[in-house]
Amino acid sequence: MEKKRINKSVFADAVKQSFIKLSPRIQVKNPVMLVVYLGAILTTAFYVLSFLGIKDERAGYTLAIALILWFTVLFANFAESIAEGRGRAQAASLRSARKDVKAKKLKTVSNMMDYTEVLSSSLKKGDIVYVKVNEQVPMDGEVIEGAASVDESAITGESAPVIRESGGDRSAVTGGTTLVSDWLVIKVTAEAGESFLDKMISMVEGASRKKTPNEIALQILLITLTIIFLVVTASLLPFTDFASKQAGSGAAISLTNVIALLVCLAPTTIGALLSSIGIAGMSRLNQANVLAMSGRAIEAAGDVDVLLLDKTGTITLGNRQASEFLPVSGVTEQELADAAQLSSLADETAEGRSIVVLAKERFGLRGRELSKLDAVFVEFTAKTRMSGIDFQGNEIRKGAADTVKEYALKKGGKYPKECDEIVKRVAQSGGTPLVVVKNSQVLGVIHLKDIVKNGVKERFEDLRKMGIKTIMITGDNPMTAAAIAAEAGVDDFLAEATPEAKLALIREYQAKGHLVAMTGDGTNDAPALAQADVAVAMNTGTQAAKEAGNMVDLDSSPTKLIDIVRIGKQLLMTRGSLTTFSVANDVAKYFAIIPVLFFGIYPQLSTLNFMRLTSASSAMLSAIIYNAVIIIALIPLALKGVKYRELPAGKLLKRNLLVYGLGGITAPFLAIKLIDMLLTASGLV
Amino acid sequence: MKYMIMQDVFYIVVLMGLSIPLGNYIYKVMSGEKVFLSPLLVPVEKKIYKLMGTDGQEEMSAKKYAYSVVLFSVAGFVFLFLLLMLQGFLPLNPQKMRGTSWHLAFNTAASFISNTNWQAYSGESTLSYLTQFLGLTVQNFVSAATGIAVLFALIRGFTAKQKTTLGNFWADLTRIVIYVLIPLSMVVVLLLVSQGVVQTFSQYKEIASFGSGEAQVIPLGPAASQIAIKQLGTNGGGFFGMNSAFPLENPTILSNFIQVLSILLIPASLCVSFGKAVKDGKQGRTVYAAMLIFFAAALIAATASEQLTGPMLNGAISSGSMEGKEVIHGVGGSTLWAVATTAASNGSVNAMHDSLTPMAGLVTMFLMQLGEIVFGGVGSGLYGMLAFVLLTVFIAGLMVGRTPEYLGKKVEPFDMKMVCLLVLTPPLLTLLGTAVAVSMPFAASWLTNSGAHGFSEILYAFSSMANNNGSAFAGFNANTVFTNVTGGIIMLLVRFIPIGAAIFLAGNMAKKKTIAVSEGTLSTSNPTFIGLLIGVILIVGALSFLPALALGPIADFVTSR
Repeated sequence: MEKKRINKSVFADAVKQSFIKLSPRIQVKNPVMLVVYLGAILTTAFYVLSFLGIKDERAGYTLAIALILWFTVLFANFAESIAEGRGRAQAASLRSARKDVKAKKLKTVSNMMDYTEVLSSSLKKGDIVYVKVNEQVPMDGEVIEGAASVDESAITGESAPVIRESGGDRSAVTGGTTLVSDWLVIKVTAEAGESFLDKMISMVEGASRKKTPNEIALQILLITLTIIFLVVTASLLPFTDFASKQAGSGAAISLTNVIALLVCLAPTTIGALLSSIGIAGMSRLNQANVLAMSGRAIEAAGDVDVLLLDKTGTITLGNRQASEFLPVSGVTEQELADAAQLSSLADETAEGRSIVVLAKERFGLRGRELSKLDAVFVEFTAKTRMSGIDFQGNEIRKGAADTVKEYALKKGGKYPKECDEIVKRVAQSGGTPLVVVKNSQVLGVIHLKDIVKNGVKERFEDLRKMGIKTIMITGDNPMTAAAIAAEAGVDDFLAEATPEAKLALIREYQAKGHLVAMTGDGTNDAPALAQADVAVAMNTGTQAAKEAGNMVDLDSSPTKLIDIVRIGKQLLMTRGSLTTFSVANDVAKYFAIIPVLFFGIYPQLSTLNFMRLTSASSAMLSAIIYNAVIIIALIPLALKGVKYRELPAGKLLKRNLLVYGLGGITAPFLAIKLIDMLLTASGLV
Repeated sequence: MKYMIMQDVFYIVVLMGLSIPLGNYIYKVMSGEKVFLSPLLVPVEKKIYKLMGTDGQEEMSAKKYAYSVVLFSVAGFVFLFLLLMLQGFLPLNPQKMRGTSWHLAFNTAASFISNTNWQAYSGESTLSYLTQFLGLTVQNFVSAATGIAVLFALIRGFTAKQKTTLGNFWADLTRIVIYVLIPLSMVVVLLLVSQGVVQTFSQYKEIASFGSGEAQVIPLGPAASQIAIKQLGTNGGGFFGMNSAFPLENPTILSNFIQVLSILLIPASLCVSFGKAVKDGKQGRTVYAAMLIFFAAALIAATASEQLTGPMLNGAISSGSMEGKEVIHGVGGSTLWAVATTAASNGSVNAMHDSLTPMAGLVTMFLMQLGEIVFGGVGSGLYGMLAFVLLTVFIAGLMVGRTPEYLGKKVEPFDMKMVCLLVLTPPLLTLLGTAVAVSMPFAASWLTNSGAHGFSEILYAFSSMANNNGSAFAGFNANTVFTNVTGGIIMLLVRFIPIGAAIFLAGNMAKKKTIAVSEGTLSTSNPTFIGLLIGVILIVGALSFLPALALGPIADFVTSR
């Protein structure tokens, strides 16, 4: 993952933004900080009134409080601006890709020469456009004719061009990408303003960032706490007035102090950082080259407890490799290897090549020129489900056991029982058996082995500890699948997976109360993607898949799902930890302020002032200075997220409670005492 | 001292021992299972449904359930209000009591339908027998039953899977009254009568006072029947003005023990019922443990304060503060009662709370200010506690990186709104009520004490009313238009806002699907969670009330040293 440093310009921009955000229209959106904002305005007003002789407190003290409150508001604005900064920079570069280009709009699909030039922004859904090499794709669309390599670096950051062609799973093109070869005829699927690029810009910018349900729920809690504290502090006016009359000494506390106390107690730390945490989560996801269609999807990722992972690419290396030749009795291993090599010479698939390589390693069989042998290569087709070679009147075929069996029997040959046993053995060990037949004689079996990726077992173990179940999806038969599943350490598998089976599996888990995440790329994945709680569509995938998913992985990496879950969890953890910290802080602030606040009414309360703070003013100032500074101090944590560990819930809770709960209680004690000492030493109070 | 500890330990052991079978029994009753009383009571139940014109089968949505609760309570309120105003014209009035003032009738009706039983009057000099047993005793039963019914509606919300209904309020109400409250009261009445608590419709007796021979009136009445339910239903409204400090209401050590046990019996049992109902006993034990820990800590603190910080005579501390206490109950019995009655929203007293030492006064006040969730009122205590559980789950759940969930149900914005209403209403009304009261120019003239203790008296009164407790610090002149009206409004709000919130919370929970439990699910039944729950309750309570307590009992404490 590329880590962009927060450079100077982003910083300067954030400072500027923090002042722009002082506008009441923006402040109203964050109720907790609105209280601080109003407090700042009121105390400033008190300071001005003090010149007219209306004094609530000493003018200097009121000014100090007012200034600190303004800084608190600015710090909160700054936290949000700096979180948005990275997104803004990214959005700027995306915008440059979105510039208007001339598009060749076709009248009919068949005639590429008959077009009118129109601006890309005026294209409508369903329009047909023609794009040539070195031209930019004007709008998102589906390739309906042609094939071309396309440079998608403007969106994915990946410089290697990718193939886009009509039909199949690679037919989607994105506006703003450039053709580096050939031509395409594209049917436009989005209009200006709602294209993928537009969505991407508004997502990274945070412009379309709606508050997620979880964020709203937390906001309700924070507002509730603020209301309680508003009443707690406001009621102190009549309380102290009454108490001072009863005690015959002291006076009601000043409005300035009521405001300062309210700001101290309101959950300003989390209130100030809440939106930055959300934006930063989104931005971490963007850095992982994943584009979420909504903030809700990221949070759902944190809740996911079942991951459907494609075997190929995620659990195993992409390709299977030949590892053994297993002849039937009466055939030597070399004979089998020879036939296998012959049948694979022209086979360009990775499996085919690995057979040639193995034959060379084992018996030194060199490659032969097919033309010299007067041979014709028979390619694998979905219909025959075999590949092979015809030469000098001989037919060599290799393929899945049942197909080859049928072929051999039809040819009048026998299918030895021994072969069945070998096939079964290979399949049970997780391999894929390929049966080789020469004319009507079955020669033996090639063992194709799936290579499980390094480290996946440990990774799945970690996921299991967190209560996340991993399920391998594969087209293999159940026996093969079971063996690989055991080797990779997944919890379950779905063999011979069809799109319908995937959909049914997701529904089944959801019915049991699980939240399911999956990755998909093909059009036939679309129903399953739409059903899954978190659905990551590959950017290389079809338009249908992308629309069905709620995230798009620009790297099209099958392991991305695991990163997405981590980012989702981290986002929620950061929110919870900072809320705990913020509320825990209040305990210390109370102990600092309450004893000295009522000192005038009941001097005996000073026995409770075990922090030995100098005076009511110094205690109050220290507490609200701490309150402001802690926002700045926690910005890096809000942006980076709290440390993520793969642990069971119980252990995670204990750990975070210790750090943010206990830390939240003790930190302000030390900090407030320190600030008080500094203020006292400098003679300011 | 040793005796006190033994008594307290014995009390807790007996309470826990009885709560398990009773909790199981209540669960069976509420889930419609057969119990040993069924053969006897099923016909009665059917007859009652017929009388009410319902079949008791109709499943109600949250809206319908809430509407039924309100309808029932409004009817109860109007009936009681009229009864109080018109008692002078009605029978069973041997002492010829006149109708009460409108504001006292308003306050009393509000107080009894809200299960508060704040008494701004003295029973023996204000109320007729008819009012006592047809008005107050009936409300003692049904207001308690309403609280339990709402609790079970909430529990059904947690256990339901994608349903829109919560059960039938009329059936819940009926079953609680006839299967639980009446049989249990009968047992307690018999035990109390055996100890000499009066139960009669005859006139007050005039006797020659012991010693001086002056004429003295002994108030009588059908007391035992009301006392049993006043304790069992966490009502607390005494038959006589002096409540359970009065010998005819609470004559012996045994009657005292039975009554103080009755105070917490049903609230504690409901924790067991809750565990049963959600099919996970550990969940029930968790809230039970949290409540017990609060209770034990409060009991230790209050007892220590009463025993060790009593008045000093010639520089020596007397053994325990006996001011305002009955000798028969002593420091131990009185403190146990004081803590139990404020932990539950009962409010009956067997000693003068105004005379508690400052720190013990603080403990009793703080128990109420926590929102009456340390056992709390029957039903209401547990649904209040469950709101705090959800609050804790919300914060803790986020910290483990998941959308918070409780009993397999996700906690979402609407749920948080309801939880916040449940948690927010009592402290807000307590503070606002106290603030308005102390702002009244005549506030100081109500009080019998000045200084910090005077402030404590007002704070205690509003903590009591705004948490549906009903006990009084005394020393505070309660029967004025201002306190009757504000107090009445506060008691109604603090009862019915949380009830509404709990029912709608239940309705929303019922609609959700249940999420499977995994290693990544936050456990809501282990010691860490209990600790966290206690922490959250304590912090919310302390943050809301520390400044007010500093001006009241804490100042009282430091100035009296």
